[in-house]
Amino acid sequence: MKRFMSQNGIILLTGVVIGIAALTLTFLGNPANMGFCIACFLRDISGALKLHSTATVQYFRPEIVGIIAGAAVTAFAAKEFKGKGGSSPVVRFILGAFVMIGALMFLGCPLRMVIRIGGGDFNAILGLIGFVAGILEGIIFLKKGFTLNRAYRQSKGEALGLPAVFVILFVFTLVFPAAFQVSAEGPGSMHPLWIVSLVAGLVVGGLCQRSRMCMVGGIRNSVMFKDFSLIMGFAAIIVTVVIGNLILGSFHPGFAGQPVAHSDGLWNFLGMALVGWMSILLGGCPLRQLILAGEGNTDSAVTVIGMIAGAAFCHNFGLASSADGPTFNGKVAVILGFAVAAAVSAAFTWRKEK
Amino acid sequence: MKQIDARGYICPTPVLMVQKEVKDSAPSELEVLVDDRCAVENVTRFGTNQGYAVTTESYNGDEFKLTLKK
Repeated sequence: MKRFMSQNGIILLTGVVIGIAALTLTFLGNPANMGFCIACFLRDISGALKLHSTATVQYFRPEIVGIIAGAAVTAFAAKEFKGKGGSSPVVRFILGAFVMIGALMFLGCPLRMVIRIGGGDFNAILGLIGFVAGILEGIIFLKKGFTLNRAYRQSKGEALGLPAVFVILFVFTLVFPAAFQVSAEGPGSMHPLWIVSLVAGLVVGGLCQRSRMCMVGGIRNSVMFKDFSLIMGFAAIIVTVVIGNLILGSFHPGFAGQPVAHSDGLWNFLGMALVGWMSILLGGCPLRQLILAGEGNTDSAVTVIGMIAGAAFCHNFGLASSADGPTFNGKVAVILGFAVAAAVSAAFTWRKEK
Repeated sequence: MKQIDARGYICPTPVLMVQKEVKDSAPSELEVLVDDRCAVENVTRFGTNQGYAVTTESYNGDEFKLTLKK
């Protein structure tokens, strides 16, 4: 037991803290079942920066700033902050954009999927089945030798680029709020006081950096290496959120009328399958990309920018789903995403040896 | 002793490289170079699960040499 806790204590703690933080953020203002959602929050940031003009989803979410900065702080403290990058950044940008297209088909990143399951949203279980299917698809290529090639050492200045931009932009939103878009209604208008969101992000970012929390990594490592440490974090979030929602009286099991969700099972499945496959190719889920970007990984920084661009595409081209269900354009984009996933998987699996 | 150079790769690639080597030739000793702390943890866990004793030494500042022994 002692050995189990010394090996898995930090990941279990991270899962529990994420669960509690998500419940608290929702209790204090975030949309239901959206205490944390990396995809939704990056989409809101994309809107705040006027990269898209959907009036209901625009807010510079402090949680994202906190997660990146929290990861940077603990990485510095542990002497793990290191500039590295150059592992196919353009392809990562494209994959990041399609992660967002898949996530906004489903209406949530893998983290929100878990939180939705914890709130009794059965649509998210179909999402989870799709997510696992996508991961298994990606694993087929990993086993055959898929890699986006190695990264190289980068300078501290390059490594600090993305974290610095997020912090500076965030300060700007506080000092010059009129320069940025903020939703007056809809999910973008629902949030706690900024300091609460920021602190929650800092704590979660720091813990995730230490524990290597990753929604994709947990399932991948279990399947490929019989290494069940990361998936325990995944399970800890669900258990915490279910218990919390039962206590708060906000556990509403069912398919219909779930908050910021739709009940088109096929497209919930396909959206998350695309996220799972793309995330395997990227080496981590959207949350993990934020953490790695905070640690100085510039490939992940490019992926984050790709996700923000993807969110702008989603709303400018009508790809994102709504409570009414998916859009025709969104379906086309997700199918295109599978073609891109297949092409990238093949190109980087059967590549010429140097 | 066979050496695997997984520097520059992030997980899961370093573990996959070790897994392939273990499957192909089941070496009694194996040296793995990585430059990522997460890879150190994952290779150590994988090696331990496969019955190896794993020792880690750091060199060049933030590069690590893992030795797996059976």
